Amino acid sequence: MIEEGRGYDVESVREDFPILTRRVADDRPLVYLDSANTSQKPQAVVDAMSEHLLRHNANVARAVHQLGAEATQAFEDARADVARFIGASRPEEVIFTKNASEALNLVARVVGEPSDYSVGRGDEVVVTEMEHHSNLVPWQMLCRRVGTRLRWFGLTEEGRLDTAVGDIINELTKVVSLTYVSNALGTVNPVERIARRAHEVGALVVVDASQAVPQMPVNVSTLGADLVAFTGHKMCGPTGIGVLWGRYDLLAELPPFLGGGEMIETVTMQGSTYAPPPHRFEAGTPPIAEAVGLGAAVRYLERLGMENVAAHERRITAYALEALQQVPGLKIMGPSEMVDRGGAVSFTLDGVHPHDVAQVLDSLGIAVRAGHHCAKPVHQRFGIQASARMSPYLYTTTGEIDSLVKGLDHVQAFFGTSGGAR
Amino acid sequence: MSMQTLYQDLIIEHFKRPIGAGLREPFDVEVRHVNPTCGDELTLRVHLEGDKVADVSYDALGCSISVAASSVMADVVTGGTVSEAMQRYEDVRAMLQDRTGQPDPDKLGDAVAFAGVAKFPARVKCALLGWAAMRDALVQALDRTGESA
Repeated sequence: MIEEGRGYDVESVREDFPILTRRVADDRPLVYLDSANTSQKPQAVVDAMSEHLLRHNANVARAVHQLGAEATQAFEDARADVARFIGASRPEEVIFTKNASEALNLVARVVGEPSDYSVGRGDEVVVTEMEHHSNLVPWQMLCRRVGTRLRWFGLTEEGRLDTAVGDIINELTKVVSLTYVSNALGTVNPVERIARRAHEVGALVVVDASQAVPQMPVNVSTLGADLVAFTGHKMCGPTGIGVLWGRYDLLAELPPFLGGGEMIETVTMQGSTYAPPPHRFEAGTPPIAEAVGLGAAVRYLERLGMENVAAHERRITAYALEALQQVPGLKIMGPSEMVDRGGAVSFTLDGVHPHDVAQVLDSLGIAVRAGHHCAKPVHQRFGIQASARMSPYLYTTTGEIDSLVKGLDHVQAFFGTSGGAR
Repeated sequence: MSMQTLYQDLIIEHFKRPIGAGLREPFDVEVRHVNPTCGDELTLRVHLEGDKVADVSYDALGCSISVAASSVMADVVTGGTVSEAMQRYEDVRAMLQDRTGQPDPDKLGDAVAFAGVAKFPARVKCALLGWAAMRDALVQALDRTGESA
């Protein structure tokens, strides 16, 4: 492993992201600390998409002409890039979706259909209290539809999974779906351990890796999961494209999701048979230029090296945790030490609503998120209505964290609450 | 854009000492409005005496803008008639969403301090939460008494 922060030149990385030179809020430098929401895009990604659209554009998998062949090649190359990046055993294990939400909805929908993996009345589905709504609501919908019971792991005061309760995963469990890295708490969950337990009882393991794949090396073949979802736009790629990875033998057994073009083997008026994975799950014209952009994004990340990206994330997050805890009246929601922890840090500031925190920070050019971060149950668990969240990425500097801390002083001074510089 | 445009002193004042806060009896209708994107929650009660808005009481959990807006709303509409309250809602909505016309301080009272919120589209829904809840409660109250506004 690379020594923390060494051999990684964040200033030269920043040069790849033109947006980071923008000045906002009365000519202040942009301090973008909302990367868990969406990351910024390097020039290489935009160039790849623009090159594709301007020189190679055609529909995929159906045109016999040269451009059609080029577009198909580019789309399938992107699939191969993503497969290599996540350690998939073959490109056909990578299904392109619209985003992580669609990937998770796909799974929650198809396991409710008849198959060897079908979930029904009397079965149980297990999630956790720290799920993003996209890995909670689809399962609630499945449970309502087929009469299955939804159970969940609660959280400890520190914001970690409370796995002390022994029987949450049991003989009735058909699916265990959990986040790898919490978008609200930053917690990194012990996926391998939980997957082992789930597999002992024959349950499928689904992992929402939306916050993990962008910031740390993830190998789907050794993670212990059967299905893994993530999204392109949080990992330097464009919006409009997400990924569902699945073990090939499992995907080959699962029924289709959306019906339409490209997902069929043959169609008659009486019925249809379906294409093998991944195309079975990709009805209609896919997000082609977006896939090309995602392919460029993973090649960009590979050039930086995911070990380096992860080391930088750890260094910046440790620095931020330390600095934020010096701010009077600031409380961190989630692990406050850099142990099994990702980069997102959510916090509250005594006497100032998170929206007001974010608004005043915005006037200083500092972008953070305020609200419940699509994880309302987490906030309910900790008895708060909303929080502010700062989330760094591979281009974030310690200087930007210093700006945030100074900005929080300004927030407190503005609202006349404790501890701020008066 | 200047923070003073958004956070007028009057707004901060209402946020720190909201007028009419707390849920009271008697009341005719209770409504609960939320701001789904940021989680602001407002429970609001209205009590009518004939055509008069006798009391507006509320419990607001939210940012300074939404709490202050509820405070100003309660101050402006309490003691007036139902139709005046409906008109004030429309005035505030127009000020915030349509950005049309100059708000009339005689009619809107401290609500004119919210004119600057219109420049921050993300916060308009915060400033309208209390007003929209009040309007909803009045509509329900009128439905129950079988009258029309």
